[in-house]
Amino acid sequence: MSQGSVLLYAVLPYVAIAVFAVGTVWRYRRDQYGWGARSTQFLESRVLRYGSTIFHLGVLAAIGGHVLGILIPRSWTAAVGLPDGAYHVIAVIGGLAAGGAVVAGFLILVYRRLRFPRVRVTTTRMDEATFAMLGFGILTGILATTTNLGDAVHYRETVGPYFRQVLVLDPKPELMTGGGVDLIFQIHVVAVWFLYALWPFSRLVHVWSIPVDFLRRSPILYRSRAPRPRAGRRAPLPEPRAPTEGGPTGGPARSSAD
Amino acid sequence: MRVRAQMGMVMNLDKCIGCHTCSVTCKNVWTNRRGMEYAWFNNVETKPGRGFPRDYEDQEKWHGGWKLDRKGRLKLRAGGRLHKLANIFWNPDLPTIDDYYEPWTYDYENLISAPPGERQPVARPKSQVTGENLDLQWGPNWEDDLAGSQEHAAKDPNRRELEDEVKLEFEQTFMMYLPRICEHCINPSCVASCPSGAMYKREEDGIVLVDQEACRSWRFCVSGCPYKKVYFNWDTGKAEKCNFCYPRIEAGLPTVCSETCVGRLRHVGVVLVDTDRVEEAASVPDEHDLIESQLDILLDPDDPEVREQARRDGIPDDWIEAASRSPVYAMCKRWRIALPLHPEYRTLPMVWYVPPLSPVESLGESLVRDGGDSDDVFAAIEEMRIPVEYLASFLSAGDPEPVRRSLRRLVAMRRYMRAKNVHGEVDPGIAHEVGMDPVQLEAMFRMVAIGDYDERYVIPKRHGEASPAAFAEQGSCGIDFVNGAAVPPEMVDPGDTGPDPDFDIRDHLVHKGGNGGA
Repeated sequence: MSQGSVLLYAVLPYVAIAVFAVGTVWRYRRDQYGWGARSTQFLESRVLRYGSTIFHLGVLAAIGGHVLGILIPRSWTAAVGLPDGAYHVIAVIGGLAAGGAVVAGFLILVYRRLRFPRVRVTTTRMDEATFAMLGFGILTGILATTTNLGDAVHYRETVGPYFRQVLVLDPKPELMTGGGVDLIFQIHVVAVWFLYALWPFSRLVHVWSIPVDFLRRSPILYRSRAPRPRAGRRAPLPEPRAPTEGGPTGGPARSSAD
Repeated sequence: MRVRAQMGMVMNLDKCIGCHTCSVTCKNVWTNRRGMEYAWFNNVETKPGRGFPRDYEDQEKWHGGWKLDRKGRLKLRAGGRLHKLANIFWNPDLPTIDDYYEPWTYDYENLISAPPGERQPVARPKSQVTGENLDLQWGPNWEDDLAGSQEHAAKDPNRRELEDEVKLEFEQTFMMYLPRICEHCINPSCVASCPSGAMYKREEDGIVLVDQEACRSWRFCVSGCPYKKVYFNWDTGKAEKCNFCYPRIEAGLPTVCSETCVGRLRHVGVVLVDTDRVEEAASVPDEHDLIESQLDILLDPDDPEVREQARRDGIPDDWIEAASRSPVYAMCKRWRIALPLHPEYRTLPMVWYVPPLSPVESLGESLVRDGGDSDDVFAAIEEMRIPVEYLASFLSAGDPEPVRRSLRRLVAMRRYMRAKNVHGEVDPGIAHEVGMDPVQLEAMFRMVAIGDYDERYVIPKRHGEASPAAFAEQGSCGIDFVNGAAVPPEMVDPGDTGPDPDFDIRDHLVHKGGNGGA
């Protein structure tokens, strides 16, 4: 096993997961103000209607497909009476439909961002990086699906187990490099690890704010003027000190260096 | 009964001259920032007209506010929670910036830097969004003073209800001004629409605010508000709105729009609301009953039972006293001369309006001067330049009676005071004809005609002792994140227009200058 494959398939995943986890927590604690979808519908609504809807529905379907194909072992689907052949037909048809929607939505959104100056001015460097990483992930994913229509790769025996091994902290890079896995699959997997590392710092964080609480909360909310601790808030405000005290007294004040 | 205090405002439309001082001072304080150039927390519209944003009152189009479903239950007109989640990728009811206007500035630089030439250099309008040249087709108050009314006034959504033929012929033209801020509704549909729970009413004073840190850019508040008074900051992707100048209110000062109003037409005060009956009040089947049902939950601050319950619910004594002296309560409920804007939206708004006695000299006015018979005066009200039905279309859900009562009382007040001051005759009959007594008419006169500062604004101060962190919080209010007015210039990098994730005003407030101590 080469050092390169260990780096790409055993080290990179944990670095990406660590950056993803720590970054998400860090940003959630530090940047509630920047945390959100940063919608641009207000500036351009007509094209977004198709771009956003198609893209998001496609992504949801694609995520579902990845869960089915990667996280669920072949033996489980076989146990519920789904033969490999049937599985693969479903996977290819579903995957192409979802992938097609993702590509179509993504292209509409990119077109929109370039075409309308109003939308363009709200685009940050991070947005550009996100679009690039996302686009690369989508492209390699679509290529992997379309070049594997006959399931020569048997990804449920290679990529799937590789991913599950990473999750159980027993990485087996040889599953990815041991032959049988096409280059395009390898590129896709590596690209997506990079996307995860980028995630917490981009607008993709809005995924974690799906407002499920909305379904059960009271319609009209009241808040008291007196501050109450709340999950996800910054550190509580420091207690006031008597003006006569000099120097720091070790209170909960945040250091100005953090 | 559960009593909460609620800030409210009454604007006397008879006095509005459409000078826009309120709008300009509000803008200078709150929305003079990138992303909010187009937003006017306070705006003044000429009526009839399409309003700001265009046709905002047309709820067939925007689906703002509440409605009753087939079983008579209160529902958001735009659809329930599942419907919202299903449309979260694209909000079907969201206005775009073109429904407001694309903000612009002028290329003044060109006036001094243009090379010598045949023609005078001009300052071309440049978009404040993209910086590109703009071909101006619409802007704030584009229809001010009926400008372009042949084209626009006929599209006023309120006119649809009128049975009379549209009075747009030149001889019959009428107009009036309608200053608007957030209604700080008792039953706010924006709050109910927010998927993130970022919007809330303050327990202490009912002011509706957006938690800037909890807003996730889902934008349903913008479409959910039927008055279109929640604005979308296109730069930060967060909702912002009129905050009733709460930093001033907490200090016992009136809002900036009120303070600077040259007509002195705004009245600010507290009312006590029975919050147990809010849903009931907003759900009465007949739209024409909504004014009464809302007045019904505005509790009488002089009723000992109400005062006792208010104390039990934690309302401080000075707030109960302020509610008792409240100009808002007096004008809305004691005298019934103020009316809510579009009560049929069922949000129970708390900014009310005294309808105008047509500012252009009219038949009714000459009758007042000549001491005409009251029957003639009442008949004259029906013939006013501004049709009663038109006022009713936005002040009383189309029911002319509340508007009539208000106008009759205003005329009665003038007749009574004229008889008293000019002819030296006190005629209680004038008051009784409109269901009031002379004492009330004279109190009303003091309020609407003299309007002392301390009577127009009865604003109890916030009880700061309730907050343990008041010292550390000083100066921390306001939207001072991105080039906000409250951020000292040395902290703003002019090249950086994006939000700075590391910026926390408290770093500067708490740690600069040795904790404000020695």
